[in-house]
Amino acid sequence: MKKLLSFGTRSCAGCPASLAVRRILEAVGDNVIVVNGTSCLEVTTTQYPLSSWNVPYIHTAFECTGAVASGVESALKKMGKDTHVVAIAGDGGTFDIGLQSLSGMIDRGHNVLYICYDNECYANTGLQRSSATPYGAATTTSPPGKFSIGNKTFKKPIVQMLAAQKVPYVATASLAYPDDLERKVKKALTIKGPKFIHILAPCPISWRFDSSETIRVARLAVETGMWILCEIENGKIKINVTPSERKPVKDYLSLQGRFKHLKDEDIKKIQEKVDDDWKAYKKY
Amino acid sequence: MKKVIEGSHAVAEAVRLCAPKVIAAYPITPQTHIVERLSKMVADGELDSEFLCVESEHSAMSACIGAQATGVRTYTATASQGLILMHEMLHVASGMRLPIVMNVANRSVSSPLSIWNDWLDAMAVRNSGWVQLFVESSQEALDTTIQAYKIAETIHLPVMVCIDGFYLSHTYEPVDIPDTVAGYLGDYKPKVVLDPKNPITQGMMAGPKAFQEFKEQQHRALLSAKDVIKNENSEFNKKFSRIYGDGLVETYNMESADYAIISMGSVCGTIKHILDEKKISDIGLIRIKTYRPFPNKEIIDLTKNLKALGVLEKDISFGIGGALWADVKTFVDKPVSNFIGGLGGRDIQIEDIVKIFETIRKEEENIHWVGSQLKK
Repeated sequence: MKKLLSFGTRSCAGCPASLAVRRILEAVGDNVIVVNGTSCLEVTTTQYPLSSWNVPYIHTAFECTGAVASGVESALKKMGKDTHVVAIAGDGGTFDIGLQSLSGMIDRGHNVLYICYDNECYANTGLQRSSATPYGAATTTSPPGKFSIGNKTFKKPIVQMLAAQKVPYVATASLAYPDDLERKVKKALTIKGPKFIHILAPCPISWRFDSSETIRVARLAVETGMWILCEIENGKIKINVTPSERKPVKDYLSLQGRFKHLKDEDIKKIQEKVDDDWKAYKKY
Repeated sequence: MKKVIEGSHAVAEAVRLCAPKVIAAYPITPQTHIVERLSKMVADGELDSEFLCVESEHSAMSACIGAQATGVRTYTATASQGLILMHEMLHVASGMRLPIVMNVANRSVSSPLSIWNDWLDAMAVRNSGWVQLFVESSQEALDTTIQAYKIAETIHLPVMVCIDGFYLSHTYEPVDIPDTVAGYLGDYKPKVVLDPKNPITQGMMAGPKAFQEFKEQQHRALLSAKDVIKNENSEFNKKFSRIYGDGLVETYNMESADYAIISMGSVCGTIKHILDEKKISDIGLIRIKTYRPFPNKEIIDLTKNLKALGVLEKDISFGIGGALWADVKTFVDKPVSNFIGGLGGRDIQIEDIVKIFETIRKEEENIHWVGSQLKK
């Protein structure tokens, strides 16, 4: 069967982005236009004259994925075409520089499925800190040192922010739960208007784990409760996976070089945040 | 039909006639009246377009890029800070060879903040690979905006039609509005589009082995615009009986001139008035309508028998002089004085232009700030 994103991209071994996108496109099918923000995904799949894409694809710049997708969708509407528009951007292109154009796209109600693949840093430019970088993580612009723990802030709560903007469908997804991902993509496409799926993308290079461990790290994120698999439909939240006994966050953190400088008290702080998050989610 | 209307509304009428399917715009003075009128046309069903109230000019150009790449005609308008904010996407639009049409209601650029007219905005983006046309009147704004679609779609490059903010955008003039552009501008039929039946990849990454040729092709395409602009200028004349020089430059009072003043935009109307009023015969006007691609051959030919020139412009390329002056100097080997004036909306008065004429006759080459209040 023809892969809509072909094998043999220039991504690193164990890269979660191409894995995720291949799975997502399988769920979407070939009646789609993909709009991609500048990212690892873009540079590893579109090196002229080669392209890995077997679906129509457009990349323009970093901060405008939502706006370009808005234009594509508006044109399709005027042409009377019933083609899906799937926008794909990284965490930098979504949480930071592209937040405004994403918000505009949502505000205007464009019929676009926006997917953020979140590797929790600017991996493409050499692993710098983004507002999706978790507390305590070492990146090249949030290095730990005598006066710093590493990244000083907790991850920006993008899902809650978008739910507050009344996006009809917001969901989180994990590479370790591919059926759940596929179901969410298919469900999102049945809903008219803007949709947002946030997928955790463990990056072996920036998170510093062995490239064979991508899926294991993704699963541990869910099992420790650091990544909450959920969907919010018209303001109603449903948690999809509730670990019967959440594993300690240490199990997840200790697999990754970016957290290896953390002391027990730092890990305790992260554990407390995760516990609080779960309480808040359950209330919500 | 002849009507007395605002320059902005003349532009909106042109856009209505060309019927872009997607319009994306963000408000900024003095562009607002154009997009307000277009949104009303859409609301009233006079124009069958999607009007996107985007959240920035960066997104306005991004949305136009997405829509145009999908296969429809698009439109936006901006000015000043808005043009500067979308600068990044101007390069993307021209690099992707998308025939987007945009009006710029020229306005100064902060800081200090000024809402008034000059060309600092358009000049700041002169290297973005767009065709840049400057017009003198509201009628020319309307006619040139229609031609812009034809030019853009012929050479696969975006076109920017610059109208002086307030002087044109907010001034009422009699304007002849065509009933239709049918027979001049056909339906948009792009060859390369985003279509699941024939999947292509647009906006790729190109390594050092490929990138330079993209830019070389883009430069060639922009140069090829000269013939296309000239042709559209005369084709338009055949259909609508209006013509603007050869499309690249327009001359006035050059028959017995020893000297010429070179300028662009609405101030040329003032210059023409003075040349007539004062019955001046030794000075003529060369109005540059097409700024990019630059009409170098035309400038060389028109000035070869002249003694000296002056360039009057509403911009400054800091650290060198006027941008237009520097361009003219590249091709003309005789004294060229530079007159920088009208910045931030200061009126260029009749007396200013009379003084400029006197300076040009001195056959010198200096940079003069028109009406400067600073000590030398």
